[in-house]
Amino acid sequence: MKLTLWTYEGPPHVGAMRVATAMKGLHYVLHAPQGDTYADLLFTMIERRNHRPPVTYTTFQARDLGADTANLFKDAARDAFTRFQPQAMIVGASCTAELIQDDPGGLAEALALPIPVIPLDLPSYSRKENFGADETFFQIVKALARPLPRTESVTCNLIGPTALGFRHRDDVTEITRLLASMGIAVNVCAPLDATPLDITRMGAAHFNVLMYPETAETAARHLEKVLGQPFTKTVPIGTHATRDFLAEVATITGLPLPAETGLRQPWYAASVDSTYLTGKRVYIFGDGTHAIAAARIAAQEIGFEVVGLGCYNREQARPLRAAAKTYGVEPLISDDYLEVEAEIARLQPELILGTQMERHIAKRLGIPCAVISAPVHVQDFPARYSPQMGFEGANVIFDTWVHPLVMGLEEHLLTMFREDFEFHDAAGPSHHGAKATARPEAPVETADASGGDISASMNGEVAEGAEVIWLADAERELKKIPFFVRGKARRNTEKFAADRGVTAISIDTLYEAKAHYAR
Amino acid sequence: MSLDAPHRGCSGTPVLKERGQREVFCGLTGIIWLHRKMQDAFFLVVGSRTCAHLLQAAAGVMIFAEPRFGTAILEEKDLAGLADANAELDREVARLLSRRPDIRQLFLVGSCPSEVIKLDLARAAERLNATHAPHVRVMNFSGSGIETTFTEGEDACLEAMVPALPATTAPGLLVVGALPDVVEDQMLALLAAIGVPNVSCLPARRSQDLPAIGPNTRVALVQPFLGATHGALLKRGAQAVSSPFPFGAEGTTLWLHAVAAAFDIPRDRVEAAIAAPRARAERALAAVSATLRGKRIFFFPDSQLEIPLARFLARECGMIPVEVGTPYLHRDLMAPELALLPEGPTLSEGQDVERQLDRVRAARPDLTVCGLGLANPLEAEGLATKWAIELVFTPVHFYEQAADLAGLFARPLRRRALLTPEAAE
Repeated sequence: MKLTLWTYEGPPHVGAMRVATAMKGLHYVLHAPQGDTYADLLFTMIERRNHRPPVTYTTFQARDLGADTANLFKDAARDAFTRFQPQAMIVGASCTAELIQDDPGGLAEALALPIPVIPLDLPSYSRKENFGADETFFQIVKALARPLPRTESVTCNLIGPTALGFRHRDDVTEITRLLASMGIAVNVCAPLDATPLDITRMGAAHFNVLMYPETAETAARHLEKVLGQPFTKTVPIGTHATRDFLAEVATITGLPLPAETGLRQPWYAASVDSTYLTGKRVYIFGDGTHAIAAARIAAQEIGFEVVGLGCYNREQARPLRAAAKTYGVEPLISDDYLEVEAEIARLQPELILGTQMERHIAKRLGIPCAVISAPVHVQDFPARYSPQMGFEGANVIFDTWVHPLVMGLEEHLLTMFREDFEFHDAAGPSHHGAKATARPEAPVETADASGGDISASMNGEVAEGAEVIWLADAERELKKIPFFVRGKARRNTEKFAADRGVTAISIDTLYEAKAHYAR
Repeated sequence: MSLDAPHRGCSGTPVLKERGQREVFCGLTGIIWLHRKMQDAFFLVVGSRTCAHLLQAAAGVMIFAEPRFGTAILEEKDLAGLADANAELDREVARLLSRRPDIRQLFLVGSCPSEVIKLDLARAAERLNATHAPHVRVMNFSGSGIETTFTEGEDACLEAMVPALPATTAPGLLVVGALPDVVEDQMLALLAAIGVPNVSCLPARRSQDLPAIGPNTRVALVQPFLGATHGALLKRGAQAVSSPFPFGAEGTTLWLHAVAAAFDIPRDRVEAAIAAPRARAERALAAVSATLRGKRIFFFPDSQLEIPLARFLARECGMIPVEVGTPYLHRDLMAPELALLPEGPTLSEGQDVERQLDRVRAARPDLTVCGLGLANPLEAEGLATKWAIELVFTPVHFYEQAADLAGLFARPLRRRALLTPEAAE
């Protein structure tokens, strides 16, 4: 047993629902108790879908337990077929039904429906939502995709986008455009908007674009093995990754690289106003794919310092560990948000890139934050076009990440006028929702003695491991430093002092440290 | 609307009973509002990742405010052997209580998985009670989908508290049902003005204010979904106050009169106490209900509030109920409501959601009350909807909220008229 409040992922049958809801002409019959229909509202509310997910639940109750539930399942499957006339059906059990062992696959087979019925085996007590999506899509592809002659011109399949995916809708549009600029047409995009009939046509494509490893890697490997279709390994999130992705596609197809159009992110990052982004300490957490992509953008395209990197889905642990190594940080593979919170509190980053949960951690700790990965809430299924992938995605990411930070000019002004009553540090930047309040007159305090003297304490007069304290003067001086860099200044100064055995930080110590860490 | 309206109403209307797919929440959802009310209680669900995910989806943004609920997620190793599961539970509870020393009441909440594997949470509660008493009282109830629908979770929770209530022989009133604090305060002020003695509430805001019960206690429900709690209280000797539920000016008036009658308080004293707030409620209602008059309304089953709300909307706002669905119809508790509900609507109990959707499409009502899984899809089909869960979270009882309650139904219609002027007649 594990005490949980927040879960990054739902149970695996929610992953299966994400595949079923993404597709058309497919119906999911789910053996589940009354109440499990709550998952419908994820799709109708968070993603704002205008139709019910194509899921029939058996919604058994206590009085049905016993032999009755098997019949309930058969009736539900038969009724669903009659009412919805799907091209194919998937059948499976939720966590409770897994315990009563009715075998949906066998029961459905006994009905002998005139369509393919694909049984799903999703272990609810050991796996989670992303596994459910990946496994479901794999089972569908395995059951329906067949070898076909390749299309005359070069085509590919886009695989991985699902319902409830973070920006999947616009990523599909962006990647479709990008491939079109190379003269490559999309054969089938799946599961999003594909029908079971479309899945049977997947074999005609020359290769597969694996958009999201979390939801389609198993299917990609299967298609490679069975149909001989290579799949792309680079996820095109970020300018560099998009270029690598296009190069990979060029290698697979032998087609020339396209011209880059509409890409503004590199110039924006190069422009002088972005200089202040240099070395800002960023913490990154999300699903493996988005976290790894974000780290590369942060380090190589925007010039942040990656101080922490982690993911909640253990399926991506290996690539994430490898990525963390390149930035010299400890990877965090955990689905316990308390661990993530502790890590963030320890590292005191200046920006957090994470999920909905990290947004709230950031709020609590007063750190700017941007959302880069599911799970997300309704505001991250926007009406406007906002991909993460491709060149427009790079533009979107630049805006999204920089927005919560104070831009250079504003930072400069805040520093310049930091003693001004209107621009004092508690006023906060204009777009953080902070109210600009005039600073109350500080009571006049008499300054205390000169404070610690570094050379004196370097003589070893100070006990080791003693707490470093801030003298009042130094504390006041620290408050004059703009709040968004104050955490770093405090930490650097304390480290500087501790390294030298200084126990009391004076104004001198503060500026000695500043000089030491100057860059 | 006169209080002397015909007393036949829907009492004799045959009820359409259906079985099939039910698009409803399970009782675990009750935790979301119960934990706000009981300030020193923690609700620990023993269930699966699905249960945790449900609470997260239903609690929305509240999940981040250090709420006093959580899920002990069963893992594969817990399913292997039951003795192990008990030890695991004890460990998790001990960890939880050491982290949250402010907790005085701990509810072990059963779920579908815990019930199917027959994890004996009642015994676990007894065992943990022995370990953690007197600082913490550990109780148990089921919020599983196989046994409870949505608001029935509150019923199961309150029922579990009944055995622990102290006994008394003093006359008094016990008001049952979790109300928002502001509404509860209004209610207590009204009852005080009328002169009702010894008023207490179940649930109480804190565990030390646990109400006492005995043969001279009168029990009045403010929520219709508390059949089991009601039964348990009567078994402890309390006497029932039968009345409609306090929705709208009329419902509130009838409820207060019924309570007063149980204590032999003269009618004119009640009338004097309620004259001003009642007039205020009627005035405010008249303004809001203009949008609702003559509009046809269809209720999908959700909370058992449907029949009282249909009565309120029909009699005080001039709406025409087409179908009133309820997940469960408690005949005795609902009799005063059914007598008032004007004849006409189909009454349905239980659900076959596909068939009910066929009926709503055929009826094309002006407003459909339904869950969040159905609301947007029905809007996309051109039907105006009012999502039902809001009716449980929003203050809607008693006089001062009567117009707010009508407003919840009027707003989607006004919005539709604003956005699509051509659609409004």
